Amino acid sequence: MPSDQPTALERFINGILPENPIYRQLLGMCPVLAVTNGMKPAMTMAAATAFVLICANVMVSLIRGLLKPHLRILVFTLTIATFVTIADRLLAAYVYDMSKQLGPYVPLIIVNCIIISRCEICASKQGAGVAIADAFGMSLGFALALASIATVREILGSGTWLGLPVLPAGWPGWGIMVLPPGAFLTLGLLLGMAEWASQRRAAVKRQGGGTR
Amino acid sequence: MSAAPPRGGYLKQAWLVIVLSLVYGGGLAAVQTTLSGRIADNRRAETYDVIPELVPGGDKGKTEELLVQGADGKDVRLYQVFAADGSHRGWVLPAGGQGFADRIDLLVGLSADGATITGLYVLAQKETPGLGDYITGEDFRRRFAGRPAGEPLVVVKSDPRADNEIRALSGATISSESVAAIVNAALANLREAIGAGGDSPQGVQETAPRQQAH
Repeated sequence: MPSDQPTALERFINGILPENPIYRQLLGMCPVLAVTNGMKPAMTMAAATAFVLICANVMVSLIRGLLKPHLRILVFTLTIATFVTIADRLLAAYVYDMSKQLGPYVPLIIVNCIIISRCEICASKQGAGVAIADAFGMSLGFALALASIATVREILGSGTWLGLPVLPAGWPGWGIMVLPPGAFLTLGLLLGMAEWASQRRAAVKRQGGGTR
Repeated sequence: MSAAPPRGGYLKQAWLVIVLSLVYGGGLAAVQTTLSGRIADNRRAETYDVIPELVPGGDKGKTEELLVQGADGKDVRLYQVFAADGSHRGWVLPAGGQGFADRIDLLVGLSADGATITGLYVLAQKETPGLGDYITGEDFRRRFAGRPAGEPLVVVKSDPRADNEIRALSGATISSESVAAIVNAALANLREAIGAGGDSPQGVQETAPRQQAH
């Protein structure tokens, strides 16, 4: 294994915040916009994506020695599509309501760039242990990002969180937050805040380095 | 020489893809076999839940599940719906077929004489979000209620002028037409079985035990 590749721990930590798939890489925007009107669909989507990402990363890592460079994307897609179909059937069997609510967004996990990018960047180059750590880190980062957006949208839009009332019964419920424009507004504002925070941190670090 | 096979031949290049396809295909078949019963149970529970919506006055606890023979010679599941007082209110027939993106599964409610469509419900669909998936909306489904079941439905892009015309969803003509075609095919298939107008359909083979509503 080349020594310049990140270790399993680095991969795991990178996925959560430093290389967060939503806030830092801006990947997988379709589910971010489509299923974050409530915490329940968002967390179901996060779990389904995590299942597919972990399985696909492990599988690709195990067969990485056999991959032909010009056929690798085909193999990634085949692998991802298989696990997405399994996830879709599992949801339909065990959480039927959520499966109906997510509808076509579950099969659309196949084209979620987060998964294929992890297969390409990590799993096709490193061992299964690192690939699992990477998949867990990225899944956690994805789940946190979905949760942050879904929290804002569900509380402001419906006055509830995970279906439980959190705002007084008189809360009017901002309808726009439940509708697609609410997804764009929330994502834009949260992305701006994340960027602002990271630039501030970088600035503080630069100043700290200058006085030393 | 541009058409020459790649070095080592096609098989040497593609064997991994072929082997993986077979392995994954087997895995998917196993998953489908294991879970399909459970998924069918979920759908049946949902069917019972929407029966009062599909057949006005219907009571889900009084619904009989039947297997009848369709015109194509195959057994078709059919629900005979009764009101709480025991009077026959109508039928619910499951129907399915190809949509724009994937298979669409529907439930069609019919009046007791089988002459009028009383309701439509979408059990499963994977149509385009924001366009075709509006087939699940009440606004679209209501366009089917009250239509004659005896003649094929026709999808039109303007306001309907005849009884059997259904206005298409704008931007989702193929999804709209798929739904109408699925309804037409299911009605044509079962017309003989329930068209007699009596309370007992012809060709009943077996009455499933009454399902308790969940």
